[in-house]
Amino acid sequence: MVSTTLAEKMTTVRFRPDHEPHIVVDGDICRDCTLHTCVYVCPANLFSLLSDGSILFNHEECFECGTCYVACNREGAIHWRYPGGGRGVSFRDS
Amino acid sequence: MVAGAGPAGSAAALVLARAGRSVLLLERGEFPGSKNVSGAAIYGPDVLAELIPAFWETAPIERVLTRRVICVTSEESSLSLDFATRRFASPPYNAFSVLRPRFDRWLADQAVAAGATLLNETVADELLRDATGRVRGVRVRRPDGDIEAPVVIAADGVNSFLARGVGLQRELGGHDLSVGVKEVLAVDRGVLEERFHLEAGEGVTYEFLGSVTGDVAGGSFLYTNRESLSLGVIVEIASLAEHRVRPYELLERFKAHPTVAPLVRGGSLVEYSAHMVPEAGQAMLATLAGDGVLVAGDAAGLCFATGLYLEGINYAIASGRAAGEAAAEALAAGDTSAAGLAGYERRLEERGVLPDFRRFRMAPRFIMGERMQRLYPEIVTGVAERVLRSQGGRPKQKLLPAVTDEVRRSGVPIRRLLRDLWEGGRAFGW
Ligand SMILES: Cc1cc2nc3c(=O)[nH]c(=O)nc-3n(C[C@H](O)[C@H](O)[C@H](O)COP(=O)(O)OP(=O)(O)OC[C@H]3O[C@@H](n4cnc5c(N)ncnc54)[C@H](O)[C@@H]3O)c2cc1C
Ligand code: SF4
Ligand code: SF4
Repeated sequence: MVSTTLAEKMTTVRFRPDHEPHIVVDGDICRDCTLHTCVYVCPANLFSLLSDGSILFNHEECFECGTCYVACNREGAIHWRYPGGGRGVSFRDS
Repeated sequence: MVAGAGPAGSAAALVLARAGRSVLLLERGEFPGSKNVSGAAIYGPDVLAELIPAFWETAPIERVLTRRVICVTSEESSLSLDFATRRFASPPYNAFSVLRPRFDRWLADQAVAAGATLLNETVADELLRDATGRVRGVRVRRPDGDIEAPVVIAADGVNSFLARGVGLQRELGGHDLSVGVKEVLAVDRGVLEERFHLEAGEGVTYEFLGSVTGDVAGGSFLYTNRESLSLGVIVEIASLAEHRVRPYELLERFKAHPTVAPLVRGGSLVEYSAHMVPEAGQAMLATLAGDGVLVAGDAAGLCFATGLYLEGINYAIASGRAAGEAAAEALAAGDTSAAGLAGYERRLEERGVLPDFRRFRMAPRFIMGERMQRLYPEIVTGVAERVLRSQGGRPKQKLLPAVTDEVRRSGVPIRRLLRDLWEGGRAFGW
């Protein structure tokens, strides 16, 4: 299929998730964010805005691209580092 | 020591190992290339051929690129410049398509064959410094922690945490960086060669500007591999955030564009990927050397991206090589201070790397501007349609009135247009 949903795309990517999250989102800082830019820019759609206004984030299918922390305009909201050696995304055919 | 086994790091390690130095090459991925994403076309292959003569005979090359298409699009139309030449079909060649997980692994293996030690699955977390601020090694995320080295080459790619940690690169923002989302689609080899009018083993690259990325500043690409297509959308992060669009939706939109759809028909998804690109050129070049440290490749902002060109791999190899040579020279002379490492910048200057960035310094901002992104592609395809549409019995328009009519329709003031022509000329022409 040429046209695919994000879920279909994500099943083609190999991940070896780190035991602990390499990205931590600080709920206190996000609470009064009105833009929620992270929700839109992430190529893996890992940020979700919950009905109470908080952000749900899961690190397991992260490309480690860095787009989220670059796009987020709030100092300190996203603590970002690379996952441990050999962990995280592992491309084969890109 | 070299941190990062992308093209910059592996080239540096190769040169240092050949100079007889003991080199440690750190890579955080499972293997070199497993974290890396490009189009990927390797331009300027002489840069690599100077290190590894006739590398195309042994490297995992997908296709020899002999045709290049630059395509300006509006919603329903497109106008292309399609260049093909037999001169690109034989050594020393002009460009190759590659898949990074294979190519990077091969290049790192060449460094290992020359005597470098590759340490996979090892994250360099920060540069270690002594009391005077001089870099003395790297802290890795492993039980045994700190590794000392007289010189560290930071070739850790676009996020550039190592250089930023010691103040050699500034904090980068959404106007400096773009994000690329990419798909590899499997297509039968015979179908592919027929569809793109290719001789066996040869390939084509398409670059698209205009409506395919909607209101978001950026462009898209489609490259041919042996039995697959690599295609993707690369958009400025600030613009993506401003328009609140999801990058993978742009990718779907790109594949559905009437000019693109027939090219990708029947392709089945092999792998989806995403990565950032340093796109600000001269405006984001790092300080290239400090005491005991050099910065190379994307980490230094040395990625040549101007809309028409996206050349990072060759600049990474060129800068990695220059960094390796300068480090070897400094080690031999016993002075690895910033002054002792000045041979790096000198080489980048002499070999034309830094002059390229200066010459095209105005191109990135020009190409990302709203009129270049949206209005001018519409004017260009609109003029083409006026001139090329068959008119039956109605009067035919000459070129100049066709242009004035389209410009008027677009609402761009003539003075603005003339200024843009002048600025575009300065960015690309002279
Ligand atoms: C979508 C897209 C398309 C592109 N298309 C092209 C193209 O067609 N042609 C072209 O020439 N360029 C292209 N580029 C640009 C090109 O990919 C880069 O300029 C090039 O990869 C830079 O090489 P590098 O060695 O500096 O960095 P990278 O290739 O990013 O290599 C850095 C390496 O360091 C490792 N690393 C990073 N941090 C650490 C750490 N802390 N510890 C240990 N290891 C670490 C990484 O895993 C990686 O292997 C494209 C980029 C993108 C995103
Ligand atoms: S991570 Fe940044 S952009 Fe996302 S909700 Fe928090 S503050 Fe806002
Ligand atoms: S690094 Fe990239 S893929 Fe991972 S959460 Fe951030 S934007 Fe998403």
